[in-house]
Amino acid sequence: MDTYSFLRQLADSWVLLALFAFFIGCVIWAFRPGSRKVHRDTAEIPFRNEDQPMKPEEMRP
Amino acid sequence: MKLVVLGLVALGAAIAANYGRDLAYQVHAIIIMLTAAGVFVWTLRRWDEPAPVHNPAEYLDGPIRAGAIATAFWGAVGFLVGVYIAFQLAFPVLNIEWAQGYTNFGRLRPLHTSAVIFAFGGNALIATSLYVVQRTSAARLFGGNLAWFVFWGYQLFIVLAATGYLLGATQSKEYAEPEWYTDIWLTIIWVAYLVVFLGTIVKRREPHIYVANWFYLSFIVTIAMLHIVNNLSIPVSVFGSKSVQVFAGVQDAMTQWWYGHNAVGFFLTAGFLGMMYYFVPKQAERPVFSYKLSIIHFWALIFLYIWAGPHHLHYTALPDWAGTLGMVFSVVLWMPSWGGMINGLMTLSGAWDKLRTDPIIRMMVISIGFYGMSTFEGPMMSIRAVNSLSHYTDWTIGHVHSGALGWNGMITFGALYFLVPKLWNRPRLYSLSLVNWHFWLATIGIVLYAASMWVTGIMEGLMWREVDAQGFLVNSFADTVAAKFPMYVVRAIGGTLFLTGALIMCYNLWMTVKGQPKTSDEPAMVPAE
Repeated sequence: MDTYSFLRQLADSWVLLALFAFFIGCVIWAFRPGSRKVHRDTAEIPFRNEDQPMKPEEMRP
Repeated sequence: MKLVVLGLVALGAAIAANYGRDLAYQVHAIIIMLTAAGVFVWTLRRWDEPAPVHNPAEYLDGPIRAGAIATAFWGAVGFLVGVYIAFQLAFPVLNIEWAQGYTNFGRLRPLHTSAVIFAFGGNALIATSLYVVQRTSAARLFGGNLAWFVFWGYQLFIVLAATGYLLGATQSKEYAEPEWYTDIWLTIIWVAYLVVFLGTIVKRREPHIYVANWFYLSFIVTIAMLHIVNNLSIPVSVFGSKSVQVFAGVQDAMTQWWYGHNAVGFFLTAGFLGMMYYFVPKQAERPVFSYKLSIIHFWALIFLYIWAGPHHLHYTALPDWAGTLGMVFSVVLWMPSWGGMINGLMTLSGAWDKLRTDPIIRMMVISIGFYGMSTFEGPMMSIRAVNSLSHYTDWTIGHVHSGALGWNGMITFGALYFLVPKLWNRPRLYSLSLVNWHFWLATIGIVLYAASMWVTGIMEGLMWREVDAQGFLVNSFADTVAAKFPMYVVRAIGGTLFLTGALIMCYNLWMTVKGQPKTSDEPAMVPAE
């Protein structure tokens, strides 16, 4: 099989499946249990540290 | 060491100017020589001054202030050139006879597109990304003066690109016109930009990476990849600006539109979405509507956009399957685009009254509205049957401008209005009523522009395909040109309104800084840790 046909077949079978699975995985990860609290905290980031960087002693794990 | 490099660059440029085979190359060599020599003298004169201190307990805002000024300046220049070439199309006499070959439409058009996309949009993206990444990482920019190098290096790239177009140095790839040495310079700048941005994220003090940074990062990484692949070319001579592309034929066309469409997708969409996800919540004073939706928006957008390019090549030598692939992905792309639009708009839920009182929020909301409109129009135009009518007509130009003026322009104006008082420690903008004027001038300008281009585009498409009973074409090309004249005048007027609004913004921002004293509660100097 020449390179073009091989790559073409690979792209529209396994690679397509892998990319799609990765994307679905991202969506499921976004909805994992416990994500709500993390996301609420992350969404508040723009409202902190407006004028100066966080001091090392304020850092949370 | 630095002086040696600068001296060698200046010397090399002088030699190159001497041996240069074409005018553009010689002018560029002289520009590079003067720049290197200027920086050489500047470095030498400040030799015994202490090196600037980089205090990790403060943000580095100097390059961002410079970037805000550059954004406003290049915006005004780019819009002015745009208005001029719009009038050139309506009144060809404006292709002035004595400047023939330098300021005619063909030379000015890439100057306009690059000035608005890369000079105005690019400076806005670099400045806001460096602002946002510091605030959301709660850390000072990585790399110290590297951010200054990125800023000034990028301005040099803009000057080289712009003068090159006027003097005829172009590799004839839309939105990637600069020749090989300008491309190499941009690659260096871009890698430095990536180092600054990524370094800041790595040393962040917030545990999570805010979604705006994801969008900015995808923009920086993807543009680097697109730029390098689409500019694979071999110079004819090291002493000339001409180069030859590595790809040929349909492969070259596909690479170009893979680049071209993803420049839209990652430069004008992903980067500006980063802006939206920071500045809209800040101005509305409430967090983004749904953080989950923003994550899905991000992954869906980057997974889909990269495939949409072939829709620029319907009915060409490109295989049908590739065209269909591009078309399908373009249509599917509608979903994440509208998800993002809903996320941006709904951030205002519970604060809709701000639309009435705050013209900056109004500007951001209309920009998200235009984002939604042009991401609906785009997938529709990518459908093969619609494309057979719309392609090569002014409809495409109208679509591009409703996206670029409406979405990119308006969100950038909103971000500038937000940033300038903060960056220069001023209590508020000089005048909100001038923001209002800007808002309405720009909006009416876009509406005139988009509406006239819809009319002329569809008319033109229908006239081209009109055949009589015997199957002969009814209209010659010149007939369509003549029929378009009134719409071209309306378009140019719309552009003039938009330019006027931008000039009002420049005045307003200038007066914000020059016409008001600093606030007293300037952040006090914090001792280094």
